[in-house]
Amino acid sequence: MRIFDPHIHMTSRTTDDYEAMYAAGVRAVVEPSFWLGQPRTSPASFFDYFDALLGWEPFRASQYGIAHHCTIALNPKEANDPRCVPVLDALARYLVKDGVVAVGEIGYDSMTPAEDTALAAQLQLAAGHGLPALVHTPHRDKLAGLHRTVDVIRESDLPPDRVLLDHLNETTVKAAADSGCWLGFSVYPDTKMDEERMVAVIKEYGTEKVLVNSAADWGKSDPLKTRKVGDALLAAGFTEDDVDQVLWRNPVAFYGLSGRLQLDVPDAPGPLHEGNSILRGGE
Amino acid sequence: MLTELTGLTDGAPPAALQAALEERLAGADRAWLHEALAEAEAEAEAETETGSPRPADRPQWSLPIWETRFAEAGRHCHPAQAGQPGSPGPGAQDLADAARVLLLHAVRADHATTTRLYTHGTAAERRAVLLALPHLGGVPAGSALPLVEDALRTNDTRLVAAAVGRYAAAHLDQHAWRHAVLKCLFTGVPVGAVADLAGRAAGDAELARMLRDYAAERTAAGRPVPEDLDRVLALTAAPTQES
Repeated sequence: MRIFDPHIHMTSRTTDDYEAMYAAGVRAVVEPSFWLGQPRTSPASFFDYFDALLGWEPFRASQYGIAHHCTIALNPKEANDPRCVPVLDALARYLVKDGVVAVGEIGYDSMTPAEDTALAAQLQLAAGHGLPALVHTPHRDKLAGLHRTVDVIRESDLPPDRVLLDHLNETTVKAAADSGCWLGFSVYPDTKMDEERMVAVIKEYGTEKVLVNSAADWGKSDPLKTRKVGDALLAAGFTEDDVDQVLWRNPVAFYGLSGRLQLDVPDAPGPLHEGNSILRGGE
Repeated sequence: MLTELTGLTDGAPPAALQAALEERLAGADRAWLHEALAEAEAEAEAETETGSPRPADRPQWSLPIWETRFAEAGRHCHPAQAGQPGSPGPGAQDLADAARVLLLHAVRADHATTTRLYTHGTAAERRAVLLALPHLGGVPAGSALPLVEDALRTNDTRLVAAAVGRYAAAHLDQHAWRHAVLKCLFTGVPVGAVADLAGRAAGDAELARMLRDYAAERTAAGRPVPEDLDRVLALTAAPTQES
């Protein structure tokens, strides 16, 4: 089973995770820019983070045979902090980079006017840079947030078929599917979606334009959830081709809209030293 | 073939590097390269004429066209013929390295430009700046050392390998150079990447001590000593070139 996790925050994960992901079939990931848990206080903090997503993290991934790309944006939560908002002015120089395959995560957190402004501005940036957009749908007041998100997308220059609406569930999938956007589902241990509910949603809505991700980060989450969904789909009677479409071909098609996906891993296995070049020295 | 292109990136005249790169690029990518180099040369001409590095009508964060080309080289440099699995044909990364180095030559990159590109660059862009440094006439001797030192602080072996080239050989002080050699051994970067290894290691008793201590530490831990270590140790036994 070949797997492309289209949404995972590897910066927060260990090399053990990379190893386990590879063993489970993960060969490609996209790491969206997001909140770090601890609020940032300046654009410079974003720059170091973006640089890591374009430097150290792809290198780490490559050591484990995994192709790493990222999405760049001011996230919805920090769009409300005036100390962080100036990062919007600097996004253009990141959006031209080779490893950037979308603008994201953008969208709503608390549905404030500041979030309206940041979402609209960044959808325009995506349209201007020939990039698709990864749009996070809010955890609170989710259905209203989904409707408002779709309205803002319709008003933008970015066509819905270049937008991935993420963190969908049973209450939002219909409106999202009707919008013409791609459909993203995050599968978590306790919150968001789980494997069996994911199977039920795919039974009802089919495999077209559906992407499944682990959205694993620094919170309780599981980087192997993509594989577990693949296994659950097979157990429910879906074919290997169905699973390949959801777990590989759909994410390749969506992020491929950027024209920047490079799924070979140029550095693997690289100058391995005792099987691992992620060395601090003395290992 | 890979070695050949890498060798050219590290020191060939731009014309030879361009010819070698064009030979290996797919047709559409060759056209992209020609246009990108022409834009860079035009930018350099304009700067020479106006004396101003930034046209007044350019917004603060917008990039000169050639810098956008520098950023996007990786997605416009595909090998004309895909290598066979396991064959050492030049990968897209080597081609992008070469294209970026050529752009730096074409724009006659100076100290400010190389520093900006490195600071704002992805790992691949930083690598290209490091590879080009020894050959850029607009960068005063030694002024780019902070970039080399930055790369040597990383654990990214692509950057470490690019940082120990001719620029480091010419400008790193002996203490920093010894640590760079040791870092190559630690992180698995082949010491063949270290420029002027024999010349600078010759007669260096302090480097020899560091190598022997490292070997002792590895042995005490029951771990193998990197093969390259003995090779460098043997070089330290040679008399210094001056003597």
